Amino acid sequence: MHEKPSRRRDFLGLAAIWSSVLATGTAVAGMLRLPKPAVLPGPLRVYKLGDPEQFAVGSVTRLEAANFHLFRDEQGFHAISSVCTHLGCIIAHTENAGFACPCHGSRFNEQGEVTGGPAPTGLPWLEISLSPDGQLQVNAEGQVARGSKFRV
Amino acid sequence: MTPTGEFVKNLKDTPKHVLGSMLRVGHAPQTDRERSQSSFHNLFLHVQSVRTHRDSLRFNYTFGLGLILTASFILLTVTGILLMVYYKPSTELAYQSLKDIHYVVPAGRFIRNIHRWCAHLMVVAVFLHMARVFYTGSYKPPREFNWLIGMGLLVLTLALSFTGYLLPWDQLAYWAITIGANIANSPREVTDAIGITSWFDPGKFQKQLLLGANYVGEESLIRFYVLHVALLPLLTVALMGVHFWRIRKDGGLSRNEGVPVKPAQIAGRDVKVFEPTKTYGLMAVVRGRTPVVGRAPEGTVPSWPNLLWAEMAAFFFTIAVTLVLSYFSDAPLKELANPMVPENPAKAPWYFLGLQELVSYSAFMGGVGIPSIVMLGLGLIPYLDRDPRGVGVWFGGPEGKKTFWTSTLFGLASVLALLTFTVNYGWLRAWFPTIPQMFIIAINPGTVIVALYVAWSLWVLNRSRSIRMSAIALFTCFLAGFLVLTAMGSIFRGPNWHFYWWPSQWPTH
Repeated sequence: MHEKPSRRRDFLGLAAIWSSVLATGTAVAGMLRLPKPAVLPGPLRVYKLGDPEQFAVGSVTRLEAANFHLFRDEQGFHAISSVCTHLGCIIAHTENAGFACPCHGSRFNEQGEVTGGPAPTGLPWLEISLSPDGQLQVNAEGQVARGSKFRV
Repeated sequence: MTPTGEFVKNLKDTPKHVLGSMLRVGHAPQTDRERSQSSFHNLFLHVQSVRTHRDSLRFNYTFGLGLILTASFILLTVTGILLMVYYKPSTELAYQSLKDIHYVVPAGRFIRNIHRWCAHLMVVAVFLHMARVFYTGSYKPPREFNWLIGMGLLVLTLALSFTGYLLPWDQLAYWAITIGANIANSPREVTDAIGITSWFDPGKFQKQLLLGANYVGEESLIRFYVLHVALLPLLTVALMGVHFWRIRKDGGLSRNEGVPVKPAQIAGRDVKVFEPTKTYGLMAVVRGRTPVVGRAPEGTVPSWPNLLWAEMAAFFFTIAVTLVLSYFSDAPLKELANPMVPENPAKAPWYFLGLQELVSYSAFMGGVGIPSIVMLGLGLIPYLDRDPRGVGVWFGGPEGKKTFWTSTLFGLASVLALLTFTVNYGWLRAWFPTIPQMFIIAINPGTVIVALYVAWSLWVLNRSRSIRMSAIALFTCFLAGFLVLTAMGSIFRGPNWHFYWWPSQWPTH
């Protein structure tokens, strides 16, 4: 019977400590939610490129502001992203020699597959469609399987 | 005296009284007692102890590096606040405000140069300071925790430098943010390789936290600005406070306790070493081994003026060096940020080029994996090497000096051999084009060199049977590797990160 009051006091003390810890923890977690953006501002990454016929068969077009290369051959269109999969630098294309990254030396072949350097994956092929008003449209956020071409 | 006379007399004496009330002692100290009082009656001076050991003031022990770091931080704060007056943290205006600071603002260019040179000096000094503390064994008990605080300050110094060179929003800034954010994103390399990215993606979380978006833009610049001018400096001040406080509480700067010291002189008389007659432990004044218990102030001199002279010398040395450099060399400002074309080669400032060389093998290993391993290894040093001998002696004696030189040789030779091999023959992907990414993450020149260094340090441990020697071996190897990789990234890498002996060999467009 002697120990009972002291145990109750221990219990109340511990309860007080742990509820303060819990409250502080919750408050900190709540504050830390602030820097994690709920809305991700950024440019619209769907690009309308106009009449498909302006791109000749066999041509390669670099779309600078959109950061991809548009290819047209006999099978159709394909678009390859020019953002390096390593650390996000902009790669350069050399005709029939593939792509090379200036920052850390990654290399990709004409199909966008890694051939050298530190890049972990190949360059994504982007989703192409025809917009309702008949323009060629590339969605730089959308990815399609390598080798799939778009026929108008 | 008439009331008017008293009034006039008080008025005349006012300057003297203001000075007296300000200093509390009232005049420049004449005796050792007054010198002590000058220290502990002053908020700023009482951070340091009243008496300083003679060895702590020896230049060839500390090289004043801690003081130089403090001085640089103060200079950076002052010049940084001045730059904030004109700087505009917006992607539209930042570059233009930098141009204004450079060409229009009175003294703007000079202040910015000082800020930039001081930052470089701070990075150099923080590495040298760490090496000094390591090689003199100053991390040993009871100073283990202060070594960890020092590591925190090293990371903060680098983080401040990184966030700082992003702010001009020139080409260097834009591509450094892009690369930095993608390094934060690089755990994805691993999650992708084992195929769990869709439900566990720490990389994306870190990237969005840094950028505030999926793309580098306004949100990113403001985040890095807040880090650079508010959060990181506040953390640095807090850690500096703890660092200084722990130096005092841990018994001042480390020194060789084995060497007999001259008795302290107080008022021209020797102070004898005496054993304490009071039982401090029973009085609950101290607990355990506090360095000052049981010892008289032997070997010490009053901090006022001896330590103050040293501090003033370090401060003005720092100012002199930065002023000379700032006069002769302008801080760079590249072209306006262009999200469409990175520079070729796109290089970070020199202190990150070793890391850039490592990320050119694997983004995750070079940017996250190896730095974490190095930090963990450095942090463990004082907890693994608890041998109290050799504190305050360079390299802990002749054996350590030998270990230092052999490890320098091994560290340099192995990293040079590996780099030569990589430059000439390429790496795994050059031989097996379809090799899974996981192999490259695990086995690349960066991880191989870490493994070689760890193996060397274990071999030294086995041979010398001393954890201290093994620690010296590992630390020296990493220092050598850092130097070689930094030189590699700075000098020998050209366009497309190809190897060139000299920038004059770089191909022209």
